[in-house]
Amino acid sequence: MSGASAEKRGYVLNMGPQHPSTHGVLRMEVHTDGEIVTRAIPDIGYLHRCKEKIGESETYFKFTPYTDRLDYLASMNQNHGYCVAVERLAGIEVPERAEYIRVIVAELNRIASHLVSFGTYGLDLGAFTPFLYAFREREKILDIFEQMCGARLTYAYIYIGGVMRDITPKQLGMIQEFVDYIEPKLDEYDRLLSYNQIFIKRTANVGVLSPELAIKYGVTGPVLRASGVDWDLRRDDPYSIYDRFDWKPVVGRGDVGSVGDSWDRYMVRLREIRESVKIIRQAIAQVPIGPYQAKVPPRLKPKYNEVYCRTESARGELGFYLVADGDVHPWRCKVRAPSFSNLSVIGELAPGLMIADLVAVLGSIDVVMGDVDR
Amino acid sequence: MREYILTLTEPGQLLSGVSFGLASLLVMVASCAAVLGVIALNGMFLVWWERKVSAHMQARLGPMTTGYWHGWLQSIADGIKLLLKETIVPLLVDKPLFMLAPVVIFGSAFMAFVPIPWGEHLIVADLNIGVLYITAITSLSVIGVVMAGWASNNKWSLYGGMRSAAQIVSYEIPVGLAMVPALMASGTLSMQGIVESQAGGFWHWNLFAGGPFTLIAFVVFFIASLAEVNRAPFDLPEAESELVSGFHTEYSGMCFAFFFLAEYSEMFVVSAIASVLYLGGWQCPLGLSLIPGPLLFLAKILFLVFIQLWFRWTFPRLRVDQLMHLAWKVLTPIGFVNVFGAALWLVLI
Repeated sequence: MSGASAEKRGYVLNMGPQHPSTHGVLRMEVHTDGEIVTRAIPDIGYLHRCKEKIGESETYFKFTPYTDRLDYLASMNQNHGYCVAVERLAGIEVPERAEYIRVIVAELNRIASHLVSFGTYGLDLGAFTPFLYAFREREKILDIFEQMCGARLTYAYIYIGGVMRDITPKQLGMIQEFVDYIEPKLDEYDRLLSYNQIFIKRTANVGVLSPELAIKYGVTGPVLRASGVDWDLRRDDPYSIYDRFDWKPVVGRGDVGSVGDSWDRYMVRLREIRESVKIIRQAIAQVPIGPYQAKVPPRLKPKYNEVYCRTESARGELGFYLVADGDVHPWRCKVRAPSFSNLSVIGELAPGLMIADLVAVLGSIDVVMGDVDR
Repeated sequence: MREYILTLTEPGQLLSGVSFGLASLLVMVASCAAVLGVIALNGMFLVWWERKVSAHMQARLGPMTTGYWHGWLQSIADGIKLLLKETIVPLLVDKPLFMLAPVVIFGSAFMAFVPIPWGEHLIVADLNIGVLYITAITSLSVIGVVMAGWASNNKWSLYGGMRSAAQIVSYEIPVGLAMVPALMASGTLSMQGIVESQAGGFWHWNLFAGGPFTLIAFVVFFIASLAEVNRAPFDLPEAESELVSGFHTEYSGMCFAFFFLAEYSEMFVVSAIASVLYLGGWQCPLGLSLIPGPLLFLAKILFLVFIQLWFRWTFPRLRVDQLMHLAWKVLTPIGFVNVFGAALWLVLI
């Protein structure tokens, strides 16, 4: 009865799809009692572009550029996930050199994606400056990618059987220069935002996601690791050549609040940048000489087969489920998007938060609506 | 004021032969024009300055092309744009309130300029209760904010208005308490009197008059005044990442420009009050009189405004309950203790 009367007293706010901090076109129906949120119901589908259906009506090669547009902040990771899936489906061997290049660009793109996440999270909490710092750094990554494949956002660089173009020593030098540059910057970010008292007040112990709840909702990626679950597909279900590098998945420690709060989710991403830098350093040192593309027929027709291939994108477990029936396009193409599962948990976290906290929690989950709606 | 107008009407003066009534009217119009000019110029300068300061803090350049030298004409271009834009009034707003709100806010910012002393004789009106007048007038703006929030017929605006009401009412108290030590040190409520009592070098400033207590009072005043003018990190009423744009979400064109101008002139006014109360107003820090007073006063104000800008582009925003916590449980007790401490210090030492 008291619940019903609270509902009656409350207020329904329509947050989005046109709202500065819903990171795209998410709409949330927010039931509030004053400033306190009693319920938040995410409403998605504003960016639905029939990606899975397109995957079923295009050839295997032609779908690669579409995967760029799923999670447009980490296009390389999306390309990588899709290409690994098709290669497993058709049994294609990828040359060593291509594998190294793939890992380098995927990790660079992970850094770029985490930088955007860092910057926009500051923006969500009212700190404007980190955003521009993060974009300054991301710009350097985009320049490298532009050199490598001509595109700055949607690359379609990783191709089935290899990569689109070979990497030059000059580009490797640029990457080396970038990883040397980014590491001191991370300390600067810590001073600027991570350990700012107001920032800690706003994020510590806000929206604590318990590991049980995270697993129940299929939450993956940095959000899951921030809850203290040591699970990273790059180590636990190795694809590509991730098992050759020396690095450690980052797990939330609850340094300033409790494990699994918004601060932890934020911090896991910043610390993951350091791990990605480690991987890139090792990969650059080891890139072998050789071909960068395998011989793959342009009209690829895998025999009847099905595969579910999961990779660790910047947001979590990116799965491609492909069923081949001997034709030039897959019979079924299903994308398991990390942002979708991660976003679904917001309904559990929201009750009892304040409106400002809801923004903080949503920002710390770091969804990309292109990834959610597909 | 009366004597001043009377001297003006004496033979050989500017208004010789003019009747006293007409002369006072002319003086009033001239003062209003001067204040409006200061507000407009200040708004234009601060907008440009804020853009440049924020740009350089963020590894950008800011406006560079308009006017050829560092985009110095940018504010004028923006002003013309805002003047020419249509004022959109949404269909279901409470129209009289909607149109009145910017006027109320701007009016309170405008009136706050009256007792600010710019120089030895350069003051619109030296009220003998100047400080009280300013605290009363600056808190009028909350009425405009609540009006705007309510009349907009927009839930986000209403949230902004409610937050602003709570915030400004709460922060009045620490602001008031932080003013008291300076008033005790100067022994007057007149703004001109306060400045005059701090003559002869920075060691005579009220900032150092009450030992540590006036220093703390200055800091408390500065923080609380930031909250009173809705500047970051206390810009909750217009928190763009939460409330879209808060109470002025629905405003456009010149109505929006009024909010904007009011915000910048309030920043200016609180800095002016802080420098009058604690930094000696137009007095020279070294007790010399080489540099004209108004310039020194302006320099002090702009220094404080710069700190406000610096805060804005560095800190994240507080949450609404943390804001209240800070006002009632931190700043207000400190303010009270400070008043007693300063009083004891002034009596005993």
